[in-house]
Amino acid sequence: MKQAASALDMSVESDGTRSRSGITVKVMLFVAVVALAAAPHVTNIYYVSLGIPFMAYAVALLGFNLLFGYGGQLSFGHALFLAIGAYSSALAVRLTGNAAFELMLLFAVAAALAISIPLAWIASRFSGIFFGMLTLSFGMLFYSFLNKFYDLTGGDSGMNVPQPSLLGIDFSQVDKMGFLTGPFYYYCLALLIVSAWIMWRIVRSPYGLHLQASRDNEVKASYLGVKVRQVRAVAFVISAIYGSVGGAMLAISTGLADPELSYWQQSGHLVFMAILGGYQELIGPIAGALIFILLQDELQAATQYWRFFLGVVLALLVIGMPGGLLGTAKQILARWRR
Amino acid sequence: MATAASILIAGLFHGAALFLLTSGLQLSFGVQRIVNLACGSIYALGAYLGVSVTTWALAQGLPVPLFPLVLLASGLVAGLIGLPLERVLSTIYRRPESFQLLLTFSLILIFQDVLRFFWGAYPRQLPNVSMVYGSINVGGVQMPMYNLFVILAAVVIGVGLTWFLSHTTSGKVLRATAENRETSAAMGVNVRLVYLLVFTLGTTLSTVGGALVVPTAAASLQMGVELVVDAFAVIVIGGIGSMKGAAVGAVIVGLIRAAALFIYPEVDILATYAVVLIVLIWWPTGLFGKAL
Repeated sequence: MKQAASALDMSVESDGTRSRSGITVKVMLFVAVVALAAAPHVTNIYYVSLGIPFMAYAVALLGFNLLFGYGGQLSFGHALFLAIGAYSSALAVRLTGNAAFELMLLFAVAAALAISIPLAWIASRFSGIFFGMLTLSFGMLFYSFLNKFYDLTGGDSGMNVPQPSLLGIDFSQVDKMGFLTGPFYYYCLALLIVSAWIMWRIVRSPYGLHLQASRDNEVKASYLGVKVRQVRAVAFVISAIYGSVGGAMLAISTGLADPELSYWQQSGHLVFMAILGGYQELIGPIAGALIFILLQDELQAATQYWRFFLGVVLALLVIGMPGGLLGTAKQILARWRR
Repeated sequence: MATAASILIAGLFHGAALFLLTSGLQLSFGVQRIVNLACGSIYALGAYLGVSVTTWALAQGLPVPLFPLVLLASGLVAGLIGLPLERVLSTIYRRPESFQLLLTFSLILIFQDVLRFFWGAYPRQLPNVSMVYGSINVGGVQMPMYNLFVILAAVVIGVGLTWFLSHTTSGKVLRATAENRETSAAMGVNVRLVYLLVFTLGTTLSTVGGALVVPTAAASLQMGVELVVDAFAVIVIGGIGSMKGAAVGAVIVGLIRAAALFIYPEVDILATYAVVLIVLIWWPTGLFGKAL
């Protein structure tokens, strides 16, 4: 983790270049949002339908990256919270008989809070490889719980999540594809923008600085009065809420809360997306999610051995691009300016 | 009484398989500080190669009782996969450990399709050979002699490995390199070579394990990801980087699994990971681990 921190130091340049690249980033963000908003009108409907899983992973990764990129804590069981979001959406409908998406989100956030607070209390004592193994254990415990308690969770066939109403508007006349590429697409886009804005505020707040200080140097930070354990526990809970909201979005796109969502391989995918895009940037993981979804989709369509090629591409990225796609792009940009 | 004996027998057998899997993992972690998530895939490779080579050898007229030797040989050959893998992993030795986890994670994806390319999507197994040695009666329960042989093999390998690490010059060089890479290099140790050999020894332990266990259980594509779950439980309970920890952790996890199987099969992973959590909370570095 120390090396990651020093790599981060390198990415912070002198003030002049920072404000210039700050404007560039704002322009790029604006372009990205416009492109996403325009996508349903200009691209193939199939690609638009990939938008929901992309935005769902993006929201989950914003939270994951608070823990990993800003907190230095690598969770290898974070898919647990995707599953919590998905299952609490299904439960919200089953318990209340009301399929409002806002209600599902409320259930998801409440469940994430209820489960993550005790886990955060335990996990915040650990760092490094032990934290990774502990979170992997949490994830696997939950996975086997979902699989085995058939009456409560539907076992390996999961639980259905019906098409929800949005802001009180009923879309039951709209077919699933139309719903996912129309109203729900824009709802998720709004959700992603709001989540990203909140996260941007969090990482720039005094709390966010405490978190980064405890990542860079735990001992020094605690001498300076940072309550390292507490700060890490809060990051864990916030990232759980983000993961759970992402899980709820994901469950709508598949219509299913599936135990596979919490399997450790799924957590591995989350870590991959974060590193792929560049975990030293706030929006790096979002870019990673987009590339991962598109790459996986293209490879799946092209060959039955798509895992092999995905593995090779990812291995090359890990070896050759330690900063991820965004970090590497930034490096190239900086070199080009000079 | 018979249930207790069944649990003990099944648990020790499962523990023996897990020990062979995790001793390789512990070795490469202890010396190189690499956590190899792909250890389960490597174990699967040993299992698949063992099935194919042994089936072929039996078809060529190999006397059936000699099949364990062929399994052992194919496990040893499969272990050579460690040589190219170590060269790939060596590109990221100096990076944060998250990068190692990721690179070995991508190896899982690669392995899964390579195994599928060569052996297809369906599980493979060696039928009707594990019973040629008959079985013995232990506490009212029939135990195949072959299973006893695997348990013995794991014990012999474990003892041999411990002796190698503590009593031979090469073992001392390995431990010195594990303690301090720079000092060892300054003393004239070829660290690159040591890493290459240690990693290959680690993969060989896993592939031999996979090959030896395959007469009693099928080789499948899911093995690669499923075994990691058990392997992690073993090293968390035993303590990461410790050979003794691998042995004790493997027996504990093996026994928990067997007990769950005989008493309440729904909770196998749940029971294992409940114990993992308890161990982590009370002994954060595992039973025999050192603080990092």
